Amino acid sequence: MRRPGQGMPCPYTQGTIVEQYLIYNQLNYPIISVLLLLPLIGAVVGLLFKSDKAQLLWGLGVTVATALASLPLYTQFDRSTAQYQFVELRHWLPTLGLDYVVGVDGISVLLVLLTTFVMPLCVLCSWSYIKERMREFMFVLLVIETAMIGVFVSLNTLLFFLFWEAMLIPMYLIIAIWGGPRKDYASIKYFLYTFAGSIFFLASIIALYVQTGSFFIPELMEHSYSFTFQAWIFLGCALAFAVKVPMFPLHTWLPAAHVEAPTAGSVILASIMLKLGGYGFLRFCLPMAPEATWYFMPWLIALSLVSIIVGGYLALGQSDVKKLIAYSSVGHMGFVTLGIFLLNDQGIKGAMLQMINHGITTGALFILIGIIYERTHSREMSVNRALGSMMPLFVLFLGIFSLSSFGFPGTNSFVSEFLVLLAAFSKYPLVGALAIVGAILAAAYMLRLLQSMVWADSDGHGHHDDAHDAGHGHLLKDLNAREIGTLSFLTIFVFWIGFYPTPLLEMMDVSVTQLIDQIGSGLDQGGHDNLHHALNGWGDKIAGLFMTLKP
Amino acid sequence: METMLFLPELLLILLALVCFFTSLGTPRTGVLQGSVILFSILALFATMATFQQTGTLFYGAYRIDPLSQLFKLVLCTGLALIAWANPGLRGIEKRLHPEYYLFITVSTLGLVMLSSAVELLTIFLALEISSYALFVAIPFRQPFHGRQQYEASIKYVLFGAAASGLSLFGMSYIFGLSGTTYLAELSTLIPGMISSEPLALAGMILLLCGFFYKLALFPMHFWTPDVYQGAANETTSFIATLPKIGAVILLLRLVSLAGVDITELSWALGILAIASMTIGNLSALVQNDIKRLLAYSSVAHAGYIMLGVIAGTTLGHAAAIYYAVGYLLMNLACFFVLYHVSTDNRNLNLDDLKGLYRRSPLLAFVLAAGVFSLAGIPPTIGFTGKFVLFTSAFQQGLYGLVVLGLINAAISIFFYLKIVRAAYLTSSDDNGGTGQVSLHLSSKVLGLVLVIAIILLGVLPQQLLSVAKAAVAFL
Repeated sequence: MRRPGQGMPCPYTQGTIVEQYLIYNQLNYPIISVLLLLPLIGAVVGLLFKSDKAQLLWGLGVTVATALASLPLYTQFDRSTAQYQFVELRHWLPTLGLDYVVGVDGISVLLVLLTTFVMPLCVLCSWSYIKERMREFMFVLLVIETAMIGVFVSLNTLLFFLFWEAMLIPMYLIIAIWGGPRKDYASIKYFLYTFAGSIFFLASIIALYVQTGSFFIPELMEHSYSFTFQAWIFLGCALAFAVKVPMFPLHTWLPAAHVEAPTAGSVILASIMLKLGGYGFLRFCLPMAPEATWYFMPWLIALSLVSIIVGGYLALGQSDVKKLIAYSSVGHMGFVTLGIFLLNDQGIKGAMLQMINHGITTGALFILIGIIYERTHSREMSVNRALGSMMPLFVLFLGIFSLSSFGFPGTNSFVSEFLVLLAAFSKYPLVGALAIVGAILAAAYMLRLLQSMVWADSDGHGHHDDAHDAGHGHLLKDLNAREIGTLSFLTIFVFWIGFYPTPLLEMMDVSVTQLIDQIGSGLDQGGHDNLHHALNGWGDKIAGLFMTLKP
Repeated sequence: METMLFLPELLLILLALVCFFTSLGTPRTGVLQGSVILFSILALFATMATFQQTGTLFYGAYRIDPLSQLFKLVLCTGLALIAWANPGLRGIEKRLHPEYYLFITVSTLGLVMLSSAVELLTIFLALEISSYALFVAIPFRQPFHGRQQYEASIKYVLFGAAASGLSLFGMSYIFGLSGTTYLAELSTLIPGMISSEPLALAGMILLLCGFFYKLALFPMHFWTPDVYQGAANETTSFIATLPKIGAVILLLRLVSLAGVDITELSWALGILAIASMTIGNLSALVQNDIKRLLAYSSVAHAGYIMLGVIAGTTLGHAAAIYYAVGYLLMNLACFFVLYHVSTDNRNLNLDDLKGLYRRSPLLAFVLAAGVFSLAGIPPTIGFTGKFVLFTSAFQQGLYGLVVLGLINAAISIFFYLKIVRAAYLTSSDDNGGTGQVSLHLSSKVLGLVLVIAIILLGVLPQQLLSVAKAAVAFL
């Protein structure tokens, strides 16, 4: 075998492993490279345009083109295999064993599509929101798109890390330049949390490389590591991903970043960036460190539950609408990590679907808040009251997405939360029961939001008392065509996934099954001594605690 | 033939002589700058011509091999870049310009000789040549009667003398134990001595102190912030870059004497490296003067470089060289910006960078590239360098060092970010009349060259790493 670190160039081109994991791109053009390069080239070319209007149109054109270019990923995707598809492989740094290798499987393909389809909406919702440095804004937005797609398609740990870090500075700039009054605080906090997390992820990458001599993700998944090694890898990776998700108690950067970021920044953060955390868990922690995952599972389930309940509870007390949605994100993403660490088919599928749904619903809610903020220049619930009579269309969309947010039957989130809850109840009923509390909290804070923004009494206090608000209280314009278009597009998905999620579930089906097999075989391979040790330790006691407390 | 091998040094001596004779008249600074660049490029070519050759001179005390030539290449390039980056020498009194160039040339000459010296006394001689020239150059600063440059100079002299003393003392132990001063003979004796004779370990560490001083590694780092602060911006850009390169090669040569195994020496160096990173980064957090901040950052970077030296493998040594080159580029980028922003030769505070983005987009970008590279953010050379360094240390099983190093990298991001924030995110409106910063074409070109080098070497480290790997085979 190769000695660690010897840097043999690209071991996986030499026969067996290639057929095992990869299906090379069958299309007559390199689709994933196109997806990566389109926004990047668009960003550079976009610097040539002077006027803001041209910038916006160019940005919209580039992102729409990327979205259309990504469609074959959906139509041509082979749903019957768990192998990586549309793979491209080019050598980059043979001495380090670093190659440009990209591809998608059932776990990443939907997230790539989510990214490409949310980005045009980010351009649209910046249309009148961004007032200065439009050229730089478009540049940063497009660079961030490349980086996010890159993270989802990388099949090489170092490439993954490069894209992961490449998101950091652009997102920091979005918050720090175009953000609200406390942008300094929020942007630094965002940067420090994410960077500190990713440093340990880098340590894990180095450790894996030194152990196996490879950066190639599918190959790393095949290796079996000692339990101690797995535990360290797991903790290193989990820290980075838990910050990104964000999981309690590492969630405190999120409300700050969300509140200060401009609408497009919030949408990117909520819809896509948080998903990178969940995706990271699925791509690294579960398959590479199955025993450690099993060992730490009760802890992560407990943290997920705390995230769900604390997120919901804190959302209940917010008066700033954006902050409310930010805390609700913590809760919703708690469902994602809960689903992932239940480690069964329904749980992981539910978590995957919840990621997509949260991207759609919360993205839409942030767009809605951006719309109202542009009109009233306030995000306080007390200022934005009784909008029902002035902005019926706005209220219609707000209603739809709020219902979707707390998982009303018939909307998208219902399906995914139902799957996660089902998985929870079938495994640990107490966990399910606690998660239900979170779901109820979600209904409570969303209905409170709706009640106050849509119907609240307009005769008592409220904006009629306030001279400033009275000035434009009746002048609030309802949505224009651009905003209606943006929101209707998302509404389609709310109901599509709500009523007929099968196509999406089919896409992830085989990959999720294989992931669970990998965990299972990892547990078998690892030797029963370790496994028993892990199970007899605290892990088992905690899990046992959940069982005995069964109502 | 032998003269050919010594040609780069001869060219630098010639340059020193040219500067010396011109100091008798009143030459124009531009001419001097041009001749420094010209001669260092000539020396560069002379080095390249002898790149693949090996040979020894002066009774085996002076060795030419790809390793020494690689460092000479870097040093000559560095000298040319430093002369290029500081046009006009605004911070130096006009009548001292020829002397200033004379002394930095002589200092570079000392470093160039250091990279070829393979005998303890020759090493000491070269070290002192490079130090003494700087002792004189540090107080050259306008206004001539300022206090801080003298304070800086005295500190540099005192610490330098102490470090040299320690170094000599260590050499005496090594010589006493082994009976030789030639590295080639020591390399067979030292590994056995370190495991059997405690005195050899003490001797080695004392010997290394002289180079810790050059590299600004804990505990020989105390001079750094004050000297950086007190010296003129031009001088600081020299002190902050080239002597560190010289120190790296000697540390590589001397530490590799002890062999690849993890010994007590590795432990001692590891502790120093960690202390250096931690102290450097934590102290940098609270700095407001950018030169002091960069000084503490250089203390931290000395610690990172030591990781590769301690790892002791081919990859580790190559990583140390690669990182040293990266360090030269990114520090030079920062000081290049400082020199051009500080039009009145003051030391800059973070506040002085406010709105640099509007005043000079290019300088702001160069600064951002340099600082992000120092922080180790991809796709810069700083990231790739740290990655290779940490990988090499990890391969040797130095997990503790790697984890502490990574934590340090996370801490350091905060103050690096402060610089970028000041340059990009704050407007200069509230800062009064800080006007546009105008740049000559040549400076603009240099800025672009630095940025491209930082990014390109970071994305495509292949060439440099393989050259470095080939070179360290000659250790």
